[in-house]
Amino acid sequence: MRAERIRARVVGVVAIIATIVVFIIPFLFVVDQAAKTPADAASLAFSWPTKWQFFENLVGVVQYNGGVIFQAFINSAVLTVFSVLITTVFAAMVGYVLQRKPSRWNPVINFFVLAGLIVPPAVVPTIWVLQDLGIFQTMLGMILVEATFGLSFNILLFRAFVATIPKELDEAAVLDGSGPIRMFFSVILPLLRPVLATVIVVQAVVVFNDFAGPLYFLPGQPTVQLTLYQFQGQALSFNNLLFMDILLITIPPLVLYVFFNRQIVAGMTSGAVKG
Amino acid sequence: MTANTTSAVKPAAAFTRTGGAPSARRKMKSFYPSWFFLPAMVLYVVFFAVPTFASFYFSLTRWSLFNIQFIGFANFVEFFQDPQLVNGFIHTFEYGFVTSAVKVVLGLLFALLLTGPVIGRGYLRAVIFFPVLVSTIGVGIMWKNLLDPFHGMVNAVLGFFHLGQPGWFTDPKLALMTIAGVDIWKGVGIATLIFMAGIVAIPQDYYEAARLDGSGSWQIFRSITLPLVRPAMGTVIILSLIGGLRSFDIIWATTGGGPGFTSDVIASVIYKEYQAGFYGLSTAGNVILFLVVTVIMVPISAFLNRREVDL
Repeated sequence: MRAERIRARVVGVVAIIATIVVFIIPFLFVVDQAAKTPADAASLAFSWPTKWQFFENLVGVVQYNGGVIFQAFINSAVLTVFSVLITTVFAAMVGYVLQRKPSRWNPVINFFVLAGLIVPPAVVPTIWVLQDLGIFQTMLGMILVEATFGLSFNILLFRAFVATIPKELDEAAVLDGSGPIRMFFSVILPLLRPVLATVIVVQAVVVFNDFAGPLYFLPGQPTVQLTLYQFQGQALSFNNLLFMDILLITIPPLVLYVFFNRQIVAGMTSGAVKG
Repeated sequence: MTANTTSAVKPAAAFTRTGGAPSARRKMKSFYPSWFFLPAMVLYVVFFAVPTFASFYFSLTRWSLFNIQFIGFANFVEFFQDPQLVNGFIHTFEYGFVTSAVKVVLGLLFALLLTGPVIGRGYLRAVIFFPVLVSTIGVGIMWKNLLDPFHGMVNAVLGFFHLGQPGWFTDPKLALMTIAGVDIWKGVGIATLIFMAGIVAIPQDYYEAARLDGSGSWQIFRSITLPLVRPAMGTVIILSLIGGLRSFDIIWATTGGGPGFTSDVIASVIYKEYQAGFYGLSTAGNVILFLVVTVIMVPISAFLNRREVDL
C-alpha cells in the first residue's frame, strides 16, 4: 500500500512536469506574445516583455480594421446559437424515435446517419445548392449548413442516451394523455439533460471554431476564426495583436468548458463508449 | 425531395398494420411519431445528400463561374497524372493513419495513467483536454511560431543542447509529420477521454480476481483491460480516422500545403482548385476523398462493430 502511494506520487510528479512543458508553456507563450510590443512579439522568443502592454494590445485588436472583430463576434454568436439550436432539437427528435420505435426502416436510417458522419461534405456542389436557393453567402444558409453537418454525430449521441431512459416513462406520459410534441418537450427533453449539455457545448465549440465552413459558404462576412487571417498577411509586424486575437476567441469555448466540464465528460463518454 | 418525405411517413402506417402485438404495445409503437424524422431529413437531403449526389456529376465536368461542360473522366485523369495532386492523395493516407494510430496509443496510455493511482488527476485531465477547445487555426499559428526554424522556442532549446535545428514546417521531408504532431497534440484529449470512460466501465471484480490469481500488471493489462476497452478503441479509431482523412484547417493554418506541395492533402487540394476557379476539378477531389474515406472506413467500422458484438 505504501509503495503504491509513493508510485502514485512519482508518476504524478513526472506527468505534471511533462504536461507543464508540453501544454502549459505553449499557452503561456500565447499570453506572453499577446502582452508584447510588435517588435518584441516578432522576435518569437519566450521572453519577458520589454514593455508590458497587454491592455494596449487588447484595444489594438478591438480597434483593428474598424472594429471588425465586433462584427465577427456577433456573426459567430448568431451562427453558433441558431445552428446549435436547430441541430440539437432535430437530432434529439430523430435519436429518440430511432431508438424507441423498431422499424424495418431503421437500418436504412442508421446507414444514412453513419454516412453523414463519415462522408466529407462536397464543397462546390453545396455552394451550388445554396446559390440555387438564394442563400449563398447569407447567415441563414451558413446556419442551415452547420446545423446539417452536426446532425449525424448528435443523433448517435442522443440515440445511445435514450437507450438508458426507461421506456415506462414514455408510457406513463401517454397514459397522461399528452401528445407526442408535448411529451417530447416536457418529458423526454428534460430527461436528456445530461447529454443535452454535452451536445450543446460540443456542438457550440465545433461551430464557433469552424474555419472551413465560413471560408467556403460565408465569404465576405467575418467570423472569429477568419479574423486571425487579417493579421497573418502582415508579416510579423502584428504578431502581438494576432496572439491577443487568439486569446480573445478562446475565451467563449473556455467559459463553456469551465461551466459544463463534468456534464461534457459524462455525456460524451456515455454515448461514445456504447457506440 | 417529395419522394423522400413520403417514404418517411410510410413506416408508421406499415407498423400499425402489422398486428399480433398486444394492443397497448401497438399503441405505444404508433405513438412514436415518424414525422419526428422529417425536419432533420429535409436538412440532410437538401444540404448534404443532394450536394453529395450532385458531386458525382459535377466531377465529370469542366465547371467554371460561367459555364459547365461534360468532359467525362478527364478531371480524374488529371488528378492522377499531376504529381502534386497524387502527392496530396498519398499524404492523406499517411496523415490519417499516423494521427489515428498515435492518438490511439497515447490516448490509451494517458487514460491508464489517469484512471490509475496518480496525484493531480483533475489538473492532468483538464490540461490534456484543453487544446481540444482552442481554435484549430489558433493552435496552428501558435505552433508555427514555436517551431519557427530560426527564432522558435523549440529550436532554441534544441540548439542549447546541440540537438540540431530541424526545419519542422519548412523542411519538405518533415512538414507533413510536423502537422500530424500538432494535430495529435490538439486531439489526443478526446481519445484520452473516451478511453477513460471505457476503462472505468470495466467491472472491478475482474481486476480483483486477477490480482488474487497473482497476475502482474502487464498481464492484467493484456488480458483484461485491452480486450474490454475495445469498444472505446473502436470509437477512437473511427473518430480520429474520419477527422484525420479530411483534415484541412490545421494544414491551412500551418503550411498551406507547402513547402511546395509537400504537405498537401486531398482536402487542401480541393480548396486550392476551388480558389483557382476549377470547380469541376475541385469536385473531383471531393469525390476522390469520398471514395478514400469510404473505402477505408467501411471495412474498419464493420470489423470493429463485429468485435463489439462478440464481447
